[in-house]
Amino acid sequence: MDYSSILDWLWPDWFFNLAVVSDEYNRGRYLAGLWMTAKLAVVSIFFSLIIGAIGAAVQGAQSKTLRVLVGFFVAFFRNTPPLVQLYFFYFAIGTVLRITGDNGLPQPLIGNFGWAIISLSLFAGALNVEIFRAGIEAVPKSTVEAAEALGYTRLQIYTDIVLPLAVRISLPALGTNLVNLVKTTTLAYAIAVPELLYVSAQIWSEDLNVREMMNVLLISYVGLVAILVWVLHRWEKALRIPGYGR
Amino acid sequence: MSWTEDQPIVSLKDVHKSFGEVKVLRGVSMDIQKGEVICIIGPSGSGKSTLIRCINALNDIQSGSITVEGIEVSDPKLDKLALRKKVGMVFQQYNLFPHRTVLQNVMMAPIKVLGQNKAEVEQRARDLIRKVRLEGKEDAYPGELSGGQQQRVAIARSLAMSPDVMLFDEVTAALDPETVKEVLNTIKDLAADGMTCILVTHEMGFAREIADCVYFTDRGVIVESGPPATFFDQATDPRTREFLSQVL
Repeated sequence: MDYSSILDWLWPDWFFNLAVVSDEYNRGRYLAGLWMTAKLAVVSIFFSLIIGAIGAAVQGAQSKTLRVLVGFFVAFFRNTPPLVQLYFFYFAIGTVLRITGDNGLPQPLIGNFGWAIISLSLFAGALNVEIFRAGIEAVPKSTVEAAEALGYTRLQIYTDIVLPLAVRISLPALGTNLVNLVKTTTLAYAIAVPELLYVSAQIWSEDLNVREMMNVLLISYVGLVAILVWVLHRWEKALRIPGYGR
Repeated sequence: MSWTEDQPIVSLKDVHKSFGEVKVLRGVSMDIQKGEVICIIGPSGSGKSTLIRCINALNDIQSGSITVEGIEVSDPKLDKLALRKKVGMVFQQYNLFPHRTVLQNVMMAPIKVLGQNKAEVEQRARDLIRKVRLEGKEDAYPGELSGGQQQRVAIARSLAMSPDVMLFDEVTAALDPETVKEVLNTIKDLAADGMTCILVTHEMGFAREIADCVYFTDRGVIVESGPPATFFDQATDPRTREFLSQVL
């Protein structure tokens, strides 16, 4: 039996022939795309966390109107495809939101990068609302009662007891959602944000090296997500309470 | 209305409480003097826990009146903080704050709620931890302690607020028999120091030993009450006698 053909199949020449390492021009484009993806991910994560925290706090509010509004927001972003949301913002709202530029011609108020951030943050934020709410609801009512009996106000209970515990309970589910958010940044390709997938497609259509660029892409995302997972893991470890949950 | 020490420190008059259709308390009255130790016993579902939860406004009441040192608990404009400064409560499931150490659990409320000086509170907290015989456990987290130890921390946490009345809601019900004793001894020390204690308990021996007065509740009313010696040996009501025959 000819083993060398199997080895060729497992380790073909193109596997380690990564175009972004050998070619300086491609390397520049690749790094710019990687940087854009990192920016999309970090900024969207930041805003999605804020949206999640505010939404979850509002869902515990007295006002029924506010709670129903948050419910609609969550349902809208959870029940529609993120690509459709992105198109909706960029093509539907983006074409209406225009200002007159210096040259007297109408210009979009928010560019494609801005819409990508808004769209991704709202999409992941809506899911974060649910994740944080689940965390808050998992804090035992009896623990809250003990704080009440000690004279704590509602706000003090929320900041000192409920939030610190809810964050810990939410972390695993939050991690899953944020990992998904990093991967969802590739959708920004659809509105021509020059992120990793976009520049890779540019490179492979010019150099006709689709297979090599597929490796580059996959390895890049494995690396990006690994960094996020490492940060989340460190955070989880820092928040771990000795003896808790046993 | 100003309260003086010769008046009952806690007074309940014809208290009614229902959860929806279910009437839990159907006209409960009792007067408790300063320094008294009261044990409330009765079958489960008889309203004993609800009764003491109403005293510090964790549950509201439908009619009647509850006063603590002259503060009307059912007043819609009740100053809850003023009430809860006077009334401490310990729960069946300890309900410590799991993300805080023993010392922090005891110190949090006096600093946060009463705005007291941190150094003084820490001194007092360490004394209280010693009093409940947990010195050396200051930096442990609740999850690292046994049930009995956690419950003693809960008692210290409540005492740190310097209450005048302590409520104990079946505080030994979740403990194993060996640790029950250490918690009961802590309560005994408190009672000996003159703390007004209201206990819901299933520990009949303890009630007999420590109580000034025992109340038996059934289906939302107080069936019978009296000093433990007469209560346990010469109960007159058939319901009390039936209950005692089952638990003693």
